[in-house]
Amino acid sequence: MSVQTSTAGRRRESRAPATARSAAPASAARRRRRVDPIYYAFLFPALAVFTLAITLPAVIGFFYSFTNSVGFGDFEFIGLRNYIALFRDPNILQAYLFTLGFALVTVILANVLAFALAVALTSRIRFRTTLRTIFVIPMVISGIIIAFVFKFLFANSLPAAGQALGIGVLSESILANENLAWIGIVIVTAWSTIPGAMLIYIAGLVTIPDELYEAAAIDGASGWQRLQRITLPMVSGFILINTILGFKGYLNAYDVIVGLTDGGPGTATTSIAMSIFKGFTGGDYGYQMANAAVFFVITVILAGIQLRLTAGKASFGA
Amino acid sequence: MSTIQPTVPRTDLAEAAPKKRRSGLGTDRPNWPLTAILIVCSLAVIVPLLVTVNMSLKTTAQAVDGSAFTLPSPFSLQGFAEAWQLTNFPRGLAISAFITLVAVVGEIVISSLAAFAIVRNWDRRLFRWSFFYLLAAMFIPFPVVALPQVKLTGIVGLDNPIGVAILHIVFALAFNTLLFTAFLRSIPLSLEESMRVDGATTWQVFTRLIFPLLAPMSATVGIFAFLGSWNDFMMPSLITTNPELQTLPVLQQMFQTQFSNNYNIAFASYLMAMAPAIVVYILTQKWVISGLTQGAVKS
Repeated sequence: MSVQTSTAGRRRESRAPATARSAAPASAARRRRRVDPIYYAFLFPALAVFTLAITLPAVIGFFYSFTNSVGFGDFEFIGLRNYIALFRDPNILQAYLFTLGFALVTVILANVLAFALAVALTSRIRFRTTLRTIFVIPMVISGIIIAFVFKFLFANSLPAAGQALGIGVLSESILANENLAWIGIVIVTAWSTIPGAMLIYIAGLVTIPDELYEAAAIDGASGWQRLQRITLPMVSGFILINTILGFKGYLNAYDVIVGLTDGGPGTATTSIAMSIFKGFTGGDYGYQMANAAVFFVITVILAGIQLRLTAGKASFGA
Repeated sequence: MSTIQPTVPRTDLAEAAPKKRRSGLGTDRPNWPLTAILIVCSLAVIVPLLVTVNMSLKTTAQAVDGSAFTLPSPFSLQGFAEAWQLTNFPRGLAISAFITLVAVVGEIVISSLAAFAIVRNWDRRLFRWSFFYLLAAMFIPFPVVALPQVKLTGIVGLDNPIGVAILHIVFALAFNTLLFTAFLRSIPLSLEESMRVDGATTWQVFTRLIFPLLAPMSATVGIFAFLGSWNDFMMPSLITTNPELQTLPVLQQMFQTQFSNNYNIAFASYLMAMAPAIVVYILTQKWVISGLTQGAVKS
């Protein structure tokens, strides 16, 4: 909010000189120039929506995390009791463990497959354009809808195959098994997020000069050696950015899980986001805001790591 | 929400990729074994989609056994007709399209204006700080602020598609502003200065020169905005209170119990919800892929 008021203040003070400025030569104006007031108008919508839709709710939420509010009516300040209770709440701990483990497994699986696909798709293959078109399709499909499709396959087709092949574990839906349901979530999440990572890898791979490979081939390097000594080092920045972006994204897992298991069986696949959203219905609004604040801290730590590791490399966003 | 947003140095993938040769080094022969492996892998993408089409064309009586790989006999469009009515598909389509349109236009306009103001006034503290302030949004996932946001949107009467579109715009703001500022920094000032010497106002400079120059970046921002808004489930499901104003992805979840074992209706409904984005993608794929790949910052 303070940013907005200062915007208004500046706008007044700089109106008069700015009109004079347009007559002056551009270079002279830039040395001791005044800001054209219309720039404030350009900046204002972004700052306004951002402040009202993110900063304000964040401040309100942080405030409520120190209360025993149930979402409406009276409440009292209870200091850090929400935060202390969080660390002793087995449901919350399970949600964090599940989400972190799920994110870790998915980020590895998705990146290995995305990288392999990217290498293959930039190789000398036939039907390159068609294949690339196909592999990008999951990116344009809604996560929850494809989750419903896979839920059907996991509940019907996979058990049918499991029974036909006599594999006991697969003879019933893996989504109904609390030890296996997470695998289904990993598969579907990877399915829908591989294309994004793959496109980043392809963009990285096409920047490697052909001469490097030609020189290596003349020196008698095998395909595997070329991959290890040239391709991987040349795209290490892309691997890093994909890993961090992916991990941050997977920590917010929600849509696919709602579609596949809705957090079950029991609470076996309840993600952090899902546990926070229980604050809507569970009568523990203040408590879940403390949960959200902890989640925010984890995100900031990850973002800090991201900035650390990527500083110096090409300045990537997001 | 989109989980991964490629931001990479600008490369026109569509042009660059075909020139590459990797494993077939030294020969012009296509690598057939690798091609075969890729075709097999592509089944992982194709099969779930074919199953969707296959199931949607069955009769309810045939679909109820849940076997994904038996062909429809007889072919039936009954599933589509019933899904169309049950979920009120035209209304869902209209609302999804409305949110997506507002988000795409809003993201492009608001972010490009802000980026232009920031880059041209970088020497001013207010604009510099605004940039970092907006960038902070990248560290705030929706779940963190969701609970107060839902209360606030309810209080101000934005617990509807307009509120959802605004939130889509806000959560993409940081990323989009970053893309636009990076691109703007690479545009030389000389063009702009000569326009100003001729008496053009800042507004004219933006609308006649800068915004057209930003077109490739706007395309990238627009594609991400389209995919993010069209496919989002989390925000509309939490923000919009009136079930009659829900988007297509949320409708699929709301009708799960009604779909029950009528798999033909369910899959017809899924297919109708997925199809617009797939068709748009197939028709504009070259453009979409280069837009998705085109990135933020020249290293």
